[in-house]
Order: sequence, then C-alpha cells, then structure tokens
Amino acid sequence: MSKIVWKDLGTPERKSESCVDLLVDGVPVSVPVGTSLLRAASLAGLSIPKLCATESLEAFGSCRLCLVEIEGRKGYPASCTTPAESGMVVRTQTEKLAKLRREVMELYISDHPLDCLTCSANGDCELQDMAGTVGLREVRYGFEGENHLEAAKDESNPYFTFDASKCIVCSRCVRACEETQGTFALTIDGRGFGSTVSAGQKESFFDSECVSCGACVAACPTATLMEKSVIKQGQPNRSVITTCAYCGVGCSFKAEVKGNDVVRMVPDFNGKANHGHSCVKGRFAFGYATHKDRITKPMIRKKITDAWNEVSWEEAMIYAASEFKRIQERYGQGSIGGITSSRCTNEETYLVQKLVRAAFGNNNVDTCARVCHSPTGYGLKTTLGESAGTQDFDSVEDADVVVVIGANPTDGHPVFASRLKKRLRQGAKLIVADPRKIDLVDGPHVKANYHLKLLPGTNVALVNALAHVIYTEGLHDQAFVKERCEEVNFKKWVAFISQERNSPEDLEAVIGVPAVDLREAARLYATGGNGAIYYGLGVTEHSQGSTMVLGIANLAMLTGNIGRSGVGVNPLRGQNNVQGACDMGSFPHELPGYRHVSDTVTREMFEREWNVSLDSEPGLRIPNMLDAAHSDEFKGIYIQGEDIAQSDPNTQHVTSALEAMECVVVQDIFLNETAKFAHVFLPGASFLEKDGTFTNAERRISRIRKVMEPLGGKADWEATIMLSEALGYPMDYKHPSEIMDEIARLTPTFKGVNYEKLDKEGSIQWPCNQDAPDGTPIMHISKFVRGKGRFVVTEYVPTSERTTRKYPLILTTGRILSQYNVGAQTRRTDNIVWFDEDRLEIHPSDAELRGVKTGEWVGIRSRAGETVLRAHVTDKVQPGVVYTTFHFPESGANVITTDNSDWATNCPEFKVTAVQVEPVTQPAQWQQKFVQFNKQQLELLVKAAEPERV
Amino acid sequence: MTTKIFVPRDSSAIGLGANKVAEALTRVAQSTKADVQVVRNGSRGLIWMEPLVEVETEAGREGYANITSDDVESLFKKVLTDGGDHEKGVGLVEEIPYLKNQERLCFARNGITDPTSIEDYLGNDGFKGLKVALSLDGKSIVEIVTQSGLRGRGGAAFPTGIKWNTVLNCPANQKYIVCNADEGDSGTFSDRMTIEGDPFVLIEGMTIAALAVGATKGYVYLRSEYPHAEEIFNEALLIARAHRYLGENVCGSKCSFDIELRRAAGAYICGEETSLLESLEGKRGLVRAKPPLPAISGLFGQPTVVNNVITFSSVPFILANGALAYKDYGVGRSMGTLPIQLAGNIKRGGLVEKAFGVNLNEILYDFGGGSASGKPIRTVQIGGPLGAYIPEKDFDLKLDYEAFAAVGAMIGHGGIVVFDQTVNMASMARFAMEFCAIESCGKCTPCRIGSTRGMETIDKIIAGKDRSANADLIKSLCDTMLHGSLCALGGMIPFPVLSAMKHFPEDFCLEPHDNKVAA
Repeated sequence: MSKIVWKDLGTPERKSESCVDLLVDGVPVSVPVGTSLLRAASLAGLSIPKLCATESLEAFGSCRLCLVEIEGRKGYPASCTTPAESGMVVRTQTEKLAKLRREVMELYISDHPLDCLTCSANGDCELQDMAGTVGLREVRYGFEGENHLEAAKDESNPYFTFDASKCIVCSRCVRACEETQGTFALTIDGRGFGSTVSAGQKESFFDSECVSCGACVAACPTATLMEKSVIKQGQPNRSVITTCAYCGVGCSFKAEVKGNDVVRMVPDFNGKANHGHSCVKGRFAFGYATHKDRITKPMIRKKITDAWNEVSWEEAMIYAASEFKRIQERYGQGSIGGITSSRCTNEETYLVQKLVRAAFGNNNVDTCARVCHSPTGYGLKTTLGESAGTQDFDSVEDADVVVVIGANPTDGHPVFASRLKKRLRQGAKLIVADPRKIDLVDGPHVKANYHLKLLPGTNVALVNALAHVIYTEGLHDQAFVKERCEEVNFKKWVAFISQERNSPEDLEAVIGVPAVDLREAARLYATGGNGAIYYGLGVTEHSQGSTMVLGIANLAMLTGNIGRSGVGVNPLRGQNNVQGACDMGSFPHELPGYRHVSDTVTREMFEREWNVSLDSEPGLRIPNMLDAAHSDEFKGIYIQGEDIAQSDPNTQHVTSALEAMECVVVQDIFLNETAKFAHVFLPGASFLEKDGTFTNAERRISRIRKVMEPLGGKADWEATIMLSEALGYPMDYKHPSEIMDEIARLTPTFKGVNYEKLDKEGSIQWPCNQDAPDGTPIMHISKFVRGKGRFVVTEYVPTSERTTRKYPLILTTGRILSQYNVGAQTRRTDNIVWFDEDRLEIHPSDAELRGVKTGEWVGIRSRAGETVLRAHVTDKVQPGVVYTTFHFPESGANVITTDNSDWATNCPEFKVTAVQVEPVTQPAQWQQKFVQFNKQQLELLVKAAEPERV
Repeated sequence: MTTKIFVPRDSSAIGLGANKVAEALTRVAQSTKADVQVVRNGSRGLIWMEPLVEVETEAGREGYANITSDDVESLFKKVLTDGGDHEKGVGLVEEIPYLKNQERLCFARNGITDPTSIEDYLGNDGFKGLKVALSLDGKSIVEIVTQSGLRGRGGAAFPTGIKWNTVLNCPANQKYIVCNADEGDSGTFSDRMTIEGDPFVLIEGMTIAALAVGATKGYVYLRSEYPHAEEIFNEALLIARAHRYLGENVCGSKCSFDIELRRAAGAYICGEETSLLESLEGKRGLVRAKPPLPAISGLFGQPTVVNNVITFSSVPFILANGALAYKDYGVGRSMGTLPIQLAGNIKRGGLVEKAFGVNLNEILYDFGGGSASGKPIRTVQIGGPLGAYIPEKDFDLKLDYEAFAAVGAMIGHGGIVVFDQTVNMASMARFAMEFCAIESCGKCTPCRIGSTRGMETIDKIIAGKDRSANADLIKSLCDTMLHGSLCALGGMIPFPVLSAMKHFPEDFCLEPHDNKVAA
C-alpha cells in the first residue's frame, strides 16, 4: 500500500455538450467548451507548472507559472484563465516560457525560507516541486531584501498552524474558504508586497469566523497551513480511502497513515458525497480512536455494583450466552433483545438483527433510528413507496427554491451546507422553517427569503397551511398529480386541505407565523422553479413526526417536485449509517429491505438462507423493551454502539429499566453511559479498525477500510459472530464482503451491490439491481416506487405536551458544529476547545423576567425531571422557547425530555418539552446522583485494570 | 443691467483661493449695492492664471488672472465703477492664444458655463447629441461611434464603437454603463475638470451609451480625492433627474437610465477596469483575469461598458455633429481631439485640447512656454507613471497612438509631466518601481514581488554595487514583469524604468557596455 496521489488537473471540470479541438505541444486534445488550456494540457497528458491553480477552485491567474504561447496571439497568457478554443495551437514549453517561469520562481524564493530539509511539507510541497521543475538554480536578488521570513506563526487552531513566513500569497486558502466552504473567514490584508493572508480582521484563526473545516489546509501548496499532526509525526507513507463515521453526509476521506498511526484525514476529491470537502469533525476529530479512554479488553461482572473483571473474548462470550439462555429459560424467549447501531457498518447491523432473529429466536431488535428518523421511513414509504430520501446531494446544484425544515445544516451537516450555500450564493431562494434563527437565516453571505419562525410542535399546521395556499390558489402541478398520483386519495386530501381551517389565516395564531409570510413562502416554493425540501430531526422528533413527513411528501407531489435533479424530499440523516441500519432490517417489524416480518414469502427466503424458522410477529421497540424491563418481562439486551442512557428521552426511565435487567451486554469503544449499567462489556472497534460499508443520507453505499488493527483484537462483526456461536448458532463469514453478498442475495434493492463493484465505482446509491446496475442517484423518475404517489390526509393534532402556568416555556434541542450527538467521540478530541458544555439558550425577554444572565446557572424543570445548565441569553431563540444541545452526559438534557412520542413510530418528542426555567445555585438532584454514580463506576473500572499493573 | 462676474469653482482655482475671491466679490457687491451677479463657472484650463476671474462685457468676457481677495476691491473700483484697466487684466479670455489655438470639442463649455446650470448647458449645445440618439436605435448609435474613430481615452485606446458593439450584442437582462473617473495617473486632471466644469456632458455621454447598448444603470467610480467633483456631480444628477434626463423614461422615451456616483476606494489599481469592477461590487480592488472581457461579463457578471470620463464626454459632440465632424480632426488612426494635461516643471500648466497630430514641441513650448524653472527641458513622461520618458531629441514626436507605440511610448490619458535638467533619472526609475510596489494589488507574482526587488536592485545600482550585473538583472526583471504580469501596472512599469536607462545611462553611472538595453 502506498500513498495515493491525486492528479490535479488544474482547473475545475466544465460540462458542455460541445467540444473544442486543439493542439497542445503537438498533441491533439478535445475538451468541453469552457475548459481551460491548463486542464486541456493535463488531459493531454502534459503538465504545465502551476501554483495558484488547483482543480477544486476556479482559476485565479496570479502565480504566472502556467503561462503559455498561443500561435497567432501576442504575449504569454496564463493557461489557467484562458479557455481552450477550436483550432488553437498551444505551446507549453519554449525557451522564453522557461525563462519567465524560472524568473517568477526566483522572485518567490527571494521571499521564502530555505529550510526545505526541516520543513513539515518536505516531500509534499508544490513550491518545492515547481522550483525543481523550472530549474531554479540561483536567486540573483540575494536574501537581504525586504521579506516575510520573520512573520509570526499562528498556532491558535488546535489542529493546524498558519506559518506566514512560508506563505506565497496564492490565495488558495482564501478562495477555498469562499468557494468550497462558504464561510469567507479569510482574506488578503494589505496590498502589493505587504499582502498577507488574514483570518477575519487580523484576528487569530481561532478567534476569527473560521469553522476549522480544513479546506484552506487542504488547498495550501506549501507548509504555510499545515496539520499539527504532520508537523509532529512527519509525512505519512501510505493512504487508505475510507468513509467518515460522523454524520449522514458520508464524506469520503483519504486516511493518510504512517505505520499504524493515522497522520491525517484528507477529504477525497473523488468522493461523490463531498467532492473533496470536509468539516472539523471528519477532517480533524479522529483522535478519539486512540484516546486513553478506549477499553480494549472484554470485561464481565455479576452486578453493576461489582468491579469489572477483564476476561478473554471467549470467556466473555460464554458468560453472555449463558446469561441470555438462562434469562430466556426463566422469562421466556421474548425476554431478551438487541439494539443495532447506526454508527456501525451495514454488515454489522445486519449481523446483529440476524443474531436476534435467528439466535435469540424473536424479533426484539431495534435501532437508534427509532429516536431520529423512524418517521421518515414510515412517511416516505407510505406516500412514495421507499423509506429513503429521493435525491443525491449533487441535486442541490439544480435547485431554485430550497426549503429547510427543522434542520440546521451548517452545524449538523456542514459539508452539505457548504454546497447549499454555494447554490444560494448563485441566486437560489431559501425558505427556512425553524423556531430558531439558525445560521442560514441571516448570514453575511446567505439570507433566507422567508424565515417561518414557527412555534415548536406546529409543523403539521405549517405544512397544511402551505399546501392549502398552493392548492386553493391553483399553483399545483395538475399534470403531475393527474399522471403520477392516486386519484381517490388525492380527492380525499383535497377535500381536507381546502377547508378554511387549514388556511394560513386560520392557523397563523397556532403556528406563530404571519399568514402573509406563509402565503408568500408557499407561492415561492410552488412557482419558483425546482423546489427542494431538506429536513432534519426538527420534523421527525415530534408526536406528529410521521404526519409531518407525510405532509412534506404531499407538498412535493402537489408541486411536481419529485423525480428529477434539483427537487425532491431530502431527509438529512443524523448518523453516518442511520440509512443503512434501517435498510438492514434493524426494526422489529421489518426484515432487510423494509419487508414486513409477516410477509411469508420474504420470511421463508430468509429462513432458507439462515436455516432457522423465524417469528412472524413483530418484536419490541426500544421503548417497549424498557417498559417491559420495568414489568419483569424483558431481562437481557445486547447493545452494539448505542448509548441509550444518554441519547434516549426520559433518562431516569431508561436507567431504571437497565437496572432492572439481569444481563446487559454493551459493545462500544468507550465505557459509555449505558455501559455503566452493563454486566458484559465487549470492546468495540472504531471505523478505522475494520472493513465494511456505510450508507449515507443519499442512499450512497461507501466502503470503510481497515487502517489499523482493532485495538480490542476484534472487529464488531467478528464479536457478533462469536456471540452467535456461543449461543449455538454459528455464522460463517471470513470477511464483511461475504456478509454483503448475503445481503445482496436476500434484498432486491441491494442485488447488484458487491465489494468488487464498490471498489471500482467508489460508491453506489441503492437501488442497485438489474434495473439500475449503476445505482440510482435520483428516485421516482418516471413512476413512484409504489406505483402511484399517495396523498395522505394530515390532520393537525396539537401535542399533549402543552405549556401551562407551571411549565410556561417550550424546550427544544439540537446540535452544534464541533460536537457530535452524545459527544462520546468529539468530547475526546480537541474540538472541546470550541464547546465544552451544553448551555440553555433563552430569549432576553424571558431571561429578564427571571433575572437570568448569560453564564448563570438555571434550573430547567419539566414533567419528567429537572436539570441545571448555564444560561446563554440570545435572540436566536424566540420568546417562549428555550434551546439546548445534548453533547455532555452531565447536562442531563434527556432527564427533562418526556415519554411522548410519534404516534406511528414511537420516535420521541425530543423537540417539544414544556419547562420552567429558574435561577439556581447548585446542580440538580439528578446531576448530583449522576456524578456520584459516574465516579463509582469509574472506580470499578480502575479495579479491573489494576491486576495487570501488578 | 446685471453684470456677471465669473469665479471658477474648479479645484485648482479653489486651491488658489477662488472661494475667498468669490466671497469677497459677493460681500463687496452687497455693500456697494452693485448690480453684480457672481457666477461660479468651471475652469478654462489656463491653470497658471487661476483664479481667473472673468467679467462679462459687451465685447466679451474680460479676464483677470491670479486674483486674490486682496484684489477684489481694486477690481470692483477700476473695472466696474470706473471702467478702467486693471493690472491683472489679461484681455478677452477667448483671445488668449493658449485658448484660442485649441480645438475644444470635449471642453467646449468648460469655463464658460455654470456647471450646475442645466439652462447654461442647454444654451451651449447641451443634450443635442442625446436628442439625436433618442431618435436612433442602439445599432445605429454604435455605428456612428464606430465611424467616428473614437478610442478609449483612459489610456488603452481601444476603439469605443467595437466595445459598445460587444455589449450591444450580448443578450442579458441587465447591462451596465460604468464610468472610470478614478483618475490616478500623475499629472492628469481632465476627468476632474470635466466633472467639475461640465458634468452634464458626462451624464449625456453615459446616457447615449446606455441607449446604444441597452443598459439601464450607470455608475461613476470617482476618485476619492475629488470632493468638489463629487459635490458638483451629485448636484448635477439631481438636476438631470428633475428634468427627466435621467430616471424612468428618459426625455419621455421608453428608455430608462440612471446614474449613481460611487466614491472610489483610494487605490491606484482601482483605476484598472477589472479592479474597478471588483471595487464597485464591494470587494477588494483586485485585478481580474481576462477573459472574460468586462463587455461580456463585467459588473456583477453582466455585460458592461467601462469607459473613461473623456471617452463618454466625447460622444455627445459625435452624435450631435456626426461621425465625420469628429473624424475630421486627427491623424492616421488617432481621430478627434485629446485633452492634454500639461503639468510638472512647466511655465504654463493647464489643459490643452488639440486634435491628434500636434507635436510635443508645440505643446511644451508654444502652449507651455518651456519649463517653469527656466532651465532647459530634459525629458517628459507621458501617460502617467507607467509611461515612458521621452528625451528632448524626440520632441518632434507627433501625438498619435501608433507613432508613440513605435518608439515604446504611450499617450495614455494624455498627461504630460515635464522635467528640467536637474532631474536624476536613476531616482525616477527607482520611483517607478517604488510606485508599483506601493500600488500593486498584490495578486500576480511579477508585480507583487518584482516591484520591490526592482526597487532594491536599482538602489544597488545607485549605490554602485555590482552595477553591471544589477543592470542586467533589472532588464531581466523588466522582461518578466512585461510578459508575466496580470495587468498593465506590472506590465508597463518597465517602460519608465527601461526608457530612463536607455536614454539617460549617465544617471545610472553605467558604462556603454553595461547598457545593452539601448535597442
């Protein structure tokens, strides 16, 4: 394995129907209209020296190394900024050009340190390469002239340094920040010789608007912007293409490795989800994988008050299996279950559900999608026929009107947000429906045309009002509806939606948005060209989460915004493999491929393949399992890579259920909150330690590849196999590719998927089968998966979680850029410098009423519980609404959230909790207990490790 | 009958005390209850005479040069009361040879009218060109401008009609007219004088351009150091709008056009058209690579006419009098007239509008009267800081774009800066590099680093350090800047440097064999 070096063609690809033919150094080349001469030459296999040009950025024309001669034209135009024309005869290597290039390089080097041998970029420096290429042999100006050699280093960012003395002012970093990331944090300060790269207005990188996405570092051709890890460890010597394990964007990365150590993660230019971009998490926050908190030995204990005993894998498995068997004998076959992980691979989740169905002999399997996107699966399956988003990410480039509902892409899905912002800067319109003023609403470079600042819990009223306007004003796509949708259900829906009670005027008081804004926004979506809806957990995590997903699908069908690029219904998935976990049959009622367990044909197919008989009755969902634990009917659980004690609602209910169980097996890379209630701990493997696949929000199946050996000795899929064998149901897989082959055999949408094809194509979007051998970027093109689209009546039913005098505020929750979900990973990286505690956002008027100031402690009390956080007074939230993140376990954000859930899927109503907020002086009772319990559990862990030290 | 007294409100006159003179005149008129009206006119361009006060008489306007407020009382007494002569009297202004021997097309009204009087403008052939343009379609207007042979007066001398034709033929929902009034070349002031002295001619010229190409919005990017011009032009815009010469339905036609004045960012490079567009868009004034041409993708990516003040101001005459009337002036491919700006070490500095073909001797001696110091003129720099130095032996050179180019010189915006024998040309060469170092936008490497290294290397030559090698290095650097720079700043700064070395090697203490540049 060696280092993968990407061939930079110099300027971005141009797409055009027509091509131009030209001669470059005598080589005939044909390129699409608009292609630069630099790119044309690269495509012809020639290479022209360059420094400021790179394929990921628009041509700039500043370095003047790529000058060429064109027959019949005066002068020496820069090939990066000169478009190829038919009949051009171009020369890239002449004596004159050689002289010009050498002398330009001489000027560069007259203001550059001559420390190549000790430089961190030594061996990976374009300036060094170009000096060699042009044959620079002397610097006649000497080195005593004006220079920047003493310029200060900015080391404020935890992950990279900015060494101004090495800067050649090519502006690649500035342009990357603008074009690729869209943050505009960098600029050139001063002019002429005094030009320097400046973060913000001469701030440090850390204090500036920089979001640490790393685009500038990737773009820098020298050691000016350099990963601290490279400075410390030296240049990597091999690379592995893999997929990010954070959010549902699923960015492709090149893990650059030295020995067994990841030196850096470089976004993959050929990655189809991210096209070479990244965010602070995927790019830099991988240090958790080798954090000292990693637990690398299996452990067991009888009671959770006992100290842990480190044991062999075999011993752990024998213990777990015997416990599960004992429990089943005593409490019945249905008394145990499993939870698959959206963080693990498709192959691993597939195996866990197989283990439950085949070895446990029941359908008690569920997954963390239960608490995030289960309504998406239900809603889109019902209306469109497939439980997945309709588009690829590239589709946003063709969108004219983008509607963002209950999602905060700049924090939650930053790499997609960058592409969205780029499209908005090109002129696409934006409608944001969110209770909070998210960054997209009012940024310096993008602004929402309409911010529908609805009250939490009124989504369905909002979507009904929008649909009412579109239908009653005759703005719907009648031809599309007639041809593509079921008539009977449409008529039923029309009868419902046209009623006056669904009009913006009747609903404005409920929604909290002026009727005129609702009308204008609806008109814009219906008539503004390609309309694309992107949504997040602000849609699903409600008592009417599924209804809202149905409503969104109705809206898209009504306006004909389905089945082509630029439109669609796009759930922004939270976790790297939440789509995949759902696809793989992680739900108690569905076998892989979303087929109901009661479907005999399907079930029999699995029975034949697995050689067991399967239960035709759906099993328990997570909340049912927890309830059943309280009533002594559910006593054992195998949890792979999920931390329900932190991520699920009503924490105290969750933890008391875990305490009631007799065998809790947790497989994770850290002793997470749930593991503190466990009896068996199995060391998990990080995404760097195994092979497999993840499926992102656009149904894209991408490979993850093993970069280092599992610290605990086994990949997660291997551990599941061992457990299954211990339970008497052996599984025979030597490699995850064999698991994928089995998935493909049993699942029609995956029929054409295999590792060989994935290695060749890079990634594949399902469905991939005989009808779509290359996969399906956009679904429902000529007809819906279910045949005709189905409109469903979406009656607005207010949540029972209402504000009262006792609980006058609504709490809603969300995420922040630098931290990820329960924070188990990001809290163990330097990302903590950006955000080290959850805070409660409260509007100035609510704060004043309560005498609360930013930084002060406030108690937040709901019907479920009470916790204490520090307040952050801000008008990002509206009066009556408070907001917090849930990245830190001690915050107890889910101590307050309630058991309310979606009527169809039990997805918790995380986004609406009635609360009271008051100034306090000490942590909540729960928090005091938590600290004590946590301390005790960590002591029990230390005892486990001690014998070894002796 | 009311007697009109004219006191220029041009910056050069104000700088020499014109406002005080005007105040004093008003004060004295009020105290003596004289029937006198003080009019603030533009400047005639006889700058060495400023403040040049003119008194309207039956014979014409009598001039009084270099009037200070101390002269006001005597002027009043002798001229207005007694009808006698005044020691500062220069006779009928129009008979002054400096003025009489010019061919004023662009500057026809300058100094005659009150710049903010639309009546004055209309009374002196104003808006006649626009009237003609309103009766024509865009294509016909472009054809007339093309036929006239008018070339860009900002410096590049690109044929105006061809540029307009490109914009005309570029389909777009929005097109722009941008006037480059960021007059930054050393020794130039014709843009300022036009805006301060005859702003309506620029408004008319830009409106004709808008009609020609189908633009609805214009911007004047005005040098930030021109506060008087800003004030006058904004006043003129209000008046033009009030009289329906700007805004919706210009002059009752179906066409709409309006102009906004924008104060420039204060950098020389913002006078370069692509930097200017960046700056107008609210960004740093950074040079853009061409293509795309601004005519195709200019301001906010839309087709845009970018022309200099003098280019636009030449257009009303062409439309009013026909292409041939304009083409009648000039020589070769240099048609019409050029407002030459005479500055530096010159006895009679000012504005001389002449048809192309006039030679430097005539300008420097007949008009300029030789150096101000009285010492022989050694060299002139024409076309601003990027222009070549022309030695005295070449003063028979005719003003003609092609003739200048043939000797490695350029006319540019028509500014001539005069130096007498005391000038040290090595320090002028160094100054050229220094100017480039100060004003470089910093985008391209040859200009950003080269200018500083050029300065340092000339310093070495001046200090006598490795003269021969460093002279070679300068020539080599100049070649790299000339061929490698992104825009004209870095690309033309070699002209003053190399011309100084070529014509005045003695100032660099270079032996003849050190100086192989003399080609």
